[in-house]
Amino acid sequence: MKNALGDHQSLLVLGGSSEIARSTARLMVGRRTRTVHLAGRPSPELDASAAELRALGAEVTVLDFDAADVDSHAAVLGKAFTEGDIDVVLLAFGVLGDQAEDERDPVAAARVAQVNYVGAVSASLVCTQQLRGQGHGALVVLSSVAGERARRSNYIYGSSKAGLDVFAQGLGDSLRGSGVQVLVVRPGFVHTRMTAGLKPAPLATTPDAVAAAVLDGLGRNAHTVWAPGALRFVMSGLRHLPRPVFRRLPI
Amino acid sequence: MESLTGWGRTAPTLARVERPTTVEEATLAVLAAGPRGAVARGLARSYGDAAQNAGGRVLDMTGLSRILDIDLPAGTVTAEAGVSLHQLMKVLLPLGWFVPVTPGTRYVTLGGAIGSDIHGKNHHVSGSFSRHVSSFDLLTADGSVRTVTRESDSDLFHATVGGMGLTGVVTTATVRLLPVRTSLMSVDTERAADLDELLARLTTTDHRYRYSVAWIDLLAKGGSMGRAVLTRGDHAEPGQLSPAQRRDPLAFRPATLPAAPRLLPGGLLRPVTVGLFNELWYRRAPRERRGEIQKISTFFHPLDGVPEWNRVYGRNGFLQYQFVIGLDQERTLRRIVERISRSQCPSFLAVLKRFGQGDPGWLSFPAEGWTLALDIPTGMPGLGGLLNELDDEVAGAGGRVYLAKDSRLRPESLAGMYPRLDDFRRLRAELDPAGLFTSDLARRLRL
Repeated sequence: MKNALGDHQSLLVLGGSSEIARSTARLMVGRRTRTVHLAGRPSPELDASAAELRALGAEVTVLDFDAADVDSHAAVLGKAFTEGDIDVVLLAFGVLGDQAEDERDPVAAARVAQVNYVGAVSASLVCTQQLRGQGHGALVVLSSVAGERARRSNYIYGSSKAGLDVFAQGLGDSLRGSGVQVLVVRPGFVHTRMTAGLKPAPLATTPDAVAAAVLDGLGRNAHTVWAPGALRFVMSGLRHLPRPVFRRLPI
Repeated sequence: MESLTGWGRTAPTLARVERPTTVEEATLAVLAAGPRGAVARGLARSYGDAAQNAGGRVLDMTGLSRILDIDLPAGTVTAEAGVSLHQLMKVLLPLGWFVPVTPGTRYVTLGGAIGSDIHGKNHHVSGSFSRHVSSFDLLTADGSVRTVTRESDSDLFHATVGGMGLTGVVTTATVRLLPVRTSLMSVDTERAADLDELLARLTTTDHRYRYSVAWIDLLAKGGSMGRAVLTRGDHAEPGQLSPAQRRDPLAFRPATLPAAPRLLPGGLLRPVTVGLFNELWYRRAPRERRGEIQKISTFFHPLDGVPEWNRVYGRNGFLQYQFVIGLDQERTLRRIVERISRSQCPSFLAVLKRFGQGDPGWLSFPAEGWTLALDIPTGMPGLGGLLNELDDEVAGAGGRVYLAKDSRLRPESLAGMYPRLDDFRRLRAELDPAGLFTSDLARRLRL
């Protein structure tokens, strides 16, 4: 249960090896969270993430979860909820893909959409049904500024996040009055494995900074947070640029 | 589904609220509760999440509020659990009887008084509420109602008093009353310049009064740290009243002001404003005043005069931290007061009291020693860390915090504070194997 100071006791991470998720989990365990479920495909990163959180004092269970295999979601994620209430679900999985490669390989492009959008729709609904039954809890959805406007350089990834973002907004609105909060998080360029080797965009940020923004948003009962916050205004400007101008920007 | 919080207005959760008006309806509601269980709720004066049950059912017991029997010669009352102490006082005072124990509000129900095993300013004389309960009827998880006395069913009695509603739903109870000759109080007020003086006065002179409490200025630092206003009194005798008061010595007419406005900005209560308030409050108290005649409502329940005063804390709400530590732990008490004073915790409602002998309820809070209670807005920076530190001090000194007021304790701190917790869990597992009775408090603390 969440306590009077807004601290959470339990966390379910979908995409347990994501660096933003690891930072968020670390921050939460440092405060109050004692129970963490890490769902993800088995990998050394997932095990390392579990070991790290255990060392900080959390009870950690690892769930074998494949975002693309939507038929398994109800069974796998349902298991996490049988052991006790979950205060926060963090939906952090996603693949960036390789824009140039994916344009040539429609199957690879579809895989990005499959994981980032289709998998997220299914997993979000499975989890929010459980949260609704609990009468409390929060779903945090990691969207991206890339979903705000299609860019030549990453529109496949961007469109999958755009779909997810709109889905999560609607889901949040549909859950008004249910005791369940949906928080859409729109990070800009984050320095992680996923973006290693890419040229950082202006206002680049770190997983720890995103984690802090997530907890701040949860505490304020917000429906959207940008990380960093200044992106809200930058993107608001970019969103309204006419296409012929936007197209020529070096982004 | 309704969104519910405790009196501190923090951590809301949704539950389906049932409003039974008979024991049969309550039984049906309990039996139909489903996997998220049920818990009883009274007037919701518990500060935290004791009467919330996220996703499950909450039985609002205020519809079960009949007074069933008053045995005047014996001085006992039998009433349904949803009756409030206010209702009882209204009926009983003109008859020359008073409730045996009252907390700082009259708006608690009989069931809540038992579930929290409440205490009052007379704890050093009268113990906690359960001491005066001769029997109660308990609706248990199998749908049966049992009459429980400490003689017939000692374990269940002692698990239920202070058991936070987790053994079942109290439906009716019989309570022994206190005879009084007037509805007024004779009150002595005096100031103590610092913590040492305060503790010394309470230790040496508390036994002269039935009721005793000290308001303490937790923002005062240095030489005046722990300065306080002591308020102690007894039920007035007819001879102490003025001729006008003597005309109707048992009248009960509490005054009520308008409710606090619904929308108050948060952050009104900062160290500066609270410091000013505390300074005024201390200065305005007489250095010493004896035998002042006050109404029962003025002496016991000053805040009840302002309905919904909890709104003063703004949207973020507030919490109350109350702990007790042994009389031999004065050094720990001093450290804690210093720690709070150093943190400039903006608390204008801070109360120190000396408890007498505790009662044997398994999760009953009061134990012989010093108890300090303070209200704190939850927006205070660093509050979580401060209170965790205080918990450690309290647990280390063999003390405990009060579950009826808790909204943030870490579950791992609990067993050290309540040595009979395992007995409580064992009895609940036997009586209610499916865990039908549960609450947000129970989930949060893994009770």
